[in-house]
Amino acid sequence: MTAPLLQVDDLHVRFPISGGGLLGTGRRALHAVNGISFELAKGECLSIVGESGCGKSTTALSILGLQEPSEGMIRFRGQPLAGPGAPGRMDRAKAVQMVFQDPYASLNPRQSVRTSLAAPLRLHGITAASEIEGRIEAMLKNVGLTPEQAGRYPHEFSGGQRQRIGIARALILEPEIVVLDEPVSALDVSIRAQIINLLLDLQEKLSLSYLMISHDLSVVEHMSDRVLVMYFGEIVEEGGWREIFEAPTHPYTRRLIAAIPDPDAALNSAAKPDLYPTMPQLVGRSFVSDGSTAPDVFTAPARSELIEIGGNHRVRMAVA
Amino acid sequence: MRLGFNFWLGATLTALVILAGILAQWIAPFDPVLDADLMSSELPPDATFWFGTDGQGRDVYTRILYGAQISLTVGIVSQVINSIIGVTLGMTAGYWGGWWDDLVNGLTNVMLAIPSLIFALAVMAVLGPGLPSLLIALGLTNWSWTCRIARSSTLSLKSQGYVQAAQTLGYGDLRIMFTQVLPNMMGPILVMATLGMGSAVLSEAALSFLGLGIQPPFPSWGSMLTDARQLIQLAPWAALFPGLAIFLSVLGFNLLGDGLRDSLDPHMRTRKP
Repeated sequence: MTAPLLQVDDLHVRFPISGGGLLGTGRRALHAVNGISFELAKGECLSIVGESGCGKSTTALSILGLQEPSEGMIRFRGQPLAGPGAPGRMDRAKAVQMVFQDPYASLNPRQSVRTSLAAPLRLHGITAASEIEGRIEAMLKNVGLTPEQAGRYPHEFSGGQRQRIGIARALILEPEIVVLDEPVSALDVSIRAQIINLLLDLQEKLSLSYLMISHDLSVVEHMSDRVLVMYFGEIVEEGGWREIFEAPTHPYTRRLIAAIPDPDAALNSAAKPDLYPTMPQLVGRSFVSDGSTAPDVFTAPARSELIEIGGNHRVRMAVA
Repeated sequence: MRLGFNFWLGATLTALVILAGILAQWIAPFDPVLDADLMSSELPPDATFWFGTDGQGRDVYTRILYGAQISLTVGIVSQVINSIIGVTLGMTAGYWGGWWDDLVNGLTNVMLAIPSLIFALAVMAVLGPGLPSLLIALGLTNWSWTCRIARSSTLSLKSQGYVQAAQTLGYGDLRIMFTQVLPNMMGPILVMATLGMGSAVLSEAALSFLGLGIQPPFPSWGSMLTDARQLIQLAPWAALFPGLAIFLSVLGFNLLGDGLRDSLDPHMRTRKP
């Protein structure tokens, strides 16, 4: 078994915040990411789900090198990607790229599509005009745009087309991992399916690995191979998408999945169907939090660990 | 882009000042310095001397045309210096943050706390009177607002997706600042510079009025006011017309700046579907 493409080991990110008091005496640290570990295999789509502020975006920013981790290791093909020994921006750019949530804010309004795509190529040492033009043309075709559209500016495109340009920009340097930050949540519902299918096609065609951040569980269900459920800086449950969606175990995961709007609900006469099998009872263990109350982010959480409950399905529990 | 009446009025007044300055050599009927004739001093406006003559018998109209050169030079050069200082400090402070941001903020607050005319006076006192020191004095004193605007624009642009994308694509900090941040904040900076031109013209007039700016006999609107002050009872036109020139050119710059701000403001622009 070869080493995983991306390996995150005990990642912690803390933000110092002023806790009030004169002269900032009450300085405390907000523990945004609290000991996250996971692996991403080649060609896999791993989703991180959770509510706003649970640390999923901070985790992604750490992998992209936009946020320095406080502790822990991030390795790409066994080599450090953050912290001491980390590569510079130039080398990291070829490993990990990102597709942003808001296609309106993620493209420079003063740069044409060609400039947005050519500048990174030139920066990375590709100077021959014919090669640049060829790669831009191929990439635009890949994302479903025509090469003639390269001369246009972002405001001349629709939201869906802009997101295609954002995807083209993320892929132009041929990265191996693409972080998808809510890639379709800012788009019209009618466009979402197109973009999701495009992402799935590209994943297969270019053998990409996706790390998707989302709270839209229907998108997650459609795209992911594996799912991590994050709650207040910790992974509370992880498993294949089938385990997570068909046998959610942690109370928080259950609440998340129960919150997916069910279009057929009105047709079902039964008051409220019991969606899930009964929770497994593990002797001497209890869930750390049921997700119904917000834990204090400033204090260390109770000692707990991810317990394997079958297959590659793990859930966080504490000794009762 | 829809531009209102104010913008066009401002643009017209500004264009008049620019034309006056450029064409002074050809359209002025007299020499601004040499055609002094005490026999024809303090003459009221007539067909020969459109705006009358001053205490030394020089044509006020001619001197106003030449004075436009000084006002424009002062306005443009000082604002270029202001913008370069303000944008450089503000953009790097906003982008890098940390101790550099604190330092720039402190400096900006100090500059804002000192009345700029007093500060310019102090600089002029050190450098001595004359056009070059006037340009330096006004260029060094009014960058604080530009700096603030550049800093706050950078802070908001920094969180835009395309700046983060540039970081993940491997761009260096300076390259990001010049290709991603600066082009997207040129609007407010340009507006600040245009509005600043008006206040620079006023400051020049004030400094020249105090005898620290352009030295006689060369004409500047401010020094013309000083000269006319003693004769205001006998020859009010010698003070009226330079005053009008200052008023109209400052009004022009301000209206132009307001108009630019309205048209460049993204909130006023409709996003194409």
